[in-house]
Amino acid sequence: MSIAEVTQNTHTVVQKDEETVTTRVDEILASYTGGKAELIPILQQVQQAFGYLPEEAMSRIAQFVDVPECTVFGVATFYAQFKLVPTGRNIIKVCRGTGCYVKGASRILEETEKILGIKDGETTPDLEYTLETVACFGSCALAPVMVVNDKVCGRMTTDKVKKILDRKDQH
Amino acid sequence: MNFEEIKKQAMSNWEAMQNSEKTRILIGTGTCGIAAGAEDILKTLREELGKNSIEADIIQVGCIGLCYAEPLVEIVKPGMPGVFYGNLTPELMAEIVRDYLTADNPHPDLALGTRGEGTINGIPRLFDLPVLKPQVRIALRNCGNIDPTDIHHYIANGGYEGLSEVLRMKPQEVIDEVKKSGLRGRGGAGFPTGLKWQFCHDSPGTQKYIVCNADEGDPGAFMDRAVLEGDPHAVLEGMLIGAYAIGASEGYIYIRAEYPLAIQRLRTALEQMEKCGLLGENILGSGFKFQLHIKEGAGAFVCGEETALMASIEGSRGMPRSRPPFPAQSGLWGKPTNINNVETWANVSAILQKGSGWYASYGTEKSKGTKTFSLVGKVMRTGLIEVPMGIPMREIIYGIGGGIPDGKNFKAVQTGGPSGGCLSASFLDSPVDYESLASAGSIVGSGGMVVMDEDSCMVDVARYFLTFTQLESCGKCIPCRWGTKQMLDILEDIVTGNGRDSDIELLLELCQAVKNGSLCALGGTAPNPVLTTIRYFRDEYEAHISEKRCPALVCKALVSYYIDSEKCQGCGICARACPAEAIKGGKRMVHVIEQDKCIKCGTCLDVCPAKFSAVVKTSGESVVAPTEPVPVGSQA
Repeated sequence: MSIAEVTQNTHTVVQKDEETVTTRVDEILASYTGGKAELIPILQQVQQAFGYLPEEAMSRIAQFVDVPECTVFGVATFYAQFKLVPTGRNIIKVCRGTGCYVKGASRILEETEKILGIKDGETTPDLEYTLETVACFGSCALAPVMVVNDKVCGRMTTDKVKKILDRKDQH
Repeated sequence: MNFEEIKKQAMSNWEAMQNSEKTRILIGTGTCGIAAGAEDILKTLREELGKNSIEADIIQVGCIGLCYAEPLVEIVKPGMPGVFYGNLTPELMAEIVRDYLTADNPHPDLALGTRGEGTINGIPRLFDLPVLKPQVRIALRNCGNIDPTDIHHYIANGGYEGLSEVLRMKPQEVIDEVKKSGLRGRGGAGFPTGLKWQFCHDSPGTQKYIVCNADEGDPGAFMDRAVLEGDPHAVLEGMLIGAYAIGASEGYIYIRAEYPLAIQRLRTALEQMEKCGLLGENILGSGFKFQLHIKEGAGAFVCGEETALMASIEGSRGMPRSRPPFPAQSGLWGKPTNINNVETWANVSAILQKGSGWYASYGTEKSKGTKTFSLVGKVMRTGLIEVPMGIPMREIIYGIGGGIPDGKNFKAVQTGGPSGGCLSASFLDSPVDYESLASAGSIVGSGGMVVMDEDSCMVDVARYFLTFTQLESCGKCIPCRWGTKQMLDILEDIVTGNGRDSDIELLLELCQAVKNGSLCALGGTAPNPVLTTIRYFRDEYEAHISEKRCPALVCKALVSYYIDSEKCQGCGICARACPAEAIKGGKRMVHVIEQDKCIKCGTCLDVCPAKFSAVVKTSGESVVAPTEPVPVGSQA
């Protein structure tokens, strides 16, 4: 088993110059009307495009919905979903919900941290992996659970973590 | 098209499917099913059917609630009852296709149970199994039975009949019917639904909104996800009924982004409703108009709170505000708004289909109907269950859940998530309803039910919940923002062996301050896990504080590992596996853990062969073990 067998759906890592960011953001904004209620959906779509919220993108969005930049920043930092720095190509989320906690999620997290060499919330220097913890995926009956990109992996063991994240398989 | 025509078409499709000459195979592909490997099973199934040239209809259904048995498949051969097979692997799936579909061996050894008319020798009826017998499925009525992406399946099973009836009634009559049913909000607080509707109905204003709260944030709870994935129309029909009764023309479903499949199912359902004339300007020709929007949450637990949820829909930081004014007077964009949770809406559609009297015949005097729970943690049969209110806790944990695995003892059951509490064994024979759980210091909550055995440390559990609430506190009011932080700091001290004698009293005092002083329910209920663990498991707190001992051997700072010199055979496996190189030894030498190097990861305990079982985990005891390796046998 390896990540490639679990899921093909990786994120694109985008670190583009200001101009391409603005062009892409404007393309996204074209389908919105500019109401304040659209702020969160816009941020979600922009984040999906870049993997995070580039600073220039947030400025452009602030103009578009006609709110101060600090309001956009305030919303972006309030919700756990939004990232202000680029994330890795693969996003590994370890569940820290109650069901998982009782079934030993902390050992799954420790093992993942050990293999990837990063802590919760960090990204590997090669931008391959970002490790996150999430409050609950709602797959508690299959605890402990880990989500690799978009794929929920249930009944995890430290051995299964090793198999999925075996980096030698990847390249 | 009017409703009669839609219904007729749905019925004829459904009957054609039931009476088909082809075998029907239902496979659970909710999030749980997929996580357990349902996609591999589906692939094998398709391949095997192809290889054996068998024609069959494969229907992907939602969760039937037997999560412990996922992946789960039901095979319905023409003229036979459906047979359920659980815990499938691709190999078993292939074997069943070969033996039951090409030949006639239904494999009673692998079957869980049957459903529908007729019996098969050696296989029990599914709904007679202890896991299902005490259950009454109302909110979950269609989950696992129908294809959630086909509105006709829902309609053929009584769907939208309630709505079609409602459109002939006066709004006040609808509200009265909901009042009579005794339904109380299933999101946690248990406020009477009919009364809530009445307030919003009576509020002046032409523009009103209704909202479905699908921001199921409690860790350990997944009832709403299962309903939305398995039977989205049950919720949507409820919302239409509510909108009609209150006089709302627009509605929002606020759903957390962590549930992508549920969102996808909702989008499909909305498209189909529009095609059938169940959304839009003139619903079923009645003149009633209604539009629905999906709003994806962005990851904030506090948005489960009504006023924070509305702020989030409006595009702001999801921070609660003080009430009054209540949403019924001033909600979304200052207009009267009614918010109910997913399960409440799914119950509404059932009540209007079958009547308030029928619904009120289940449950207790003050808690009518049924409640879904996600039964997880240290219990044999984890899953999604729905039981009549008032059922004894013991029947849930030992009857439906099958008791505690590995011969361990029950210690506690946690209900209501971070807002609820941990109840001890003394509560096992009490009924599960709003009043009884509240008097025990917990809440019914949205329906998380996490069972814990002797391996769970209750102080650590309290610390776990406080970590969560402290992180999710929005920071608006000081009692919650600083109170939860202070409580967490004290709990951290206790679990790391730095607790002081006065800590329990200090915690209790803080709990009261946070409870009384917080603006919203997040802070108001955050102390519950601490209060209940102190109330029922005070001895564990005391052991941590005065003896520096963790009785459940969980708190790392208070446990240590050593190698029993009489059992160690010097195989060296532990020394090789130890990530901290903290184990000294040698061939045929009794190994020794260097305590100052040990990081207490437990790897040695895991890898020590079961036939030796030489590694011992302990807390608060003085350990007699050699400090240097000695030859095996020299100790005896």
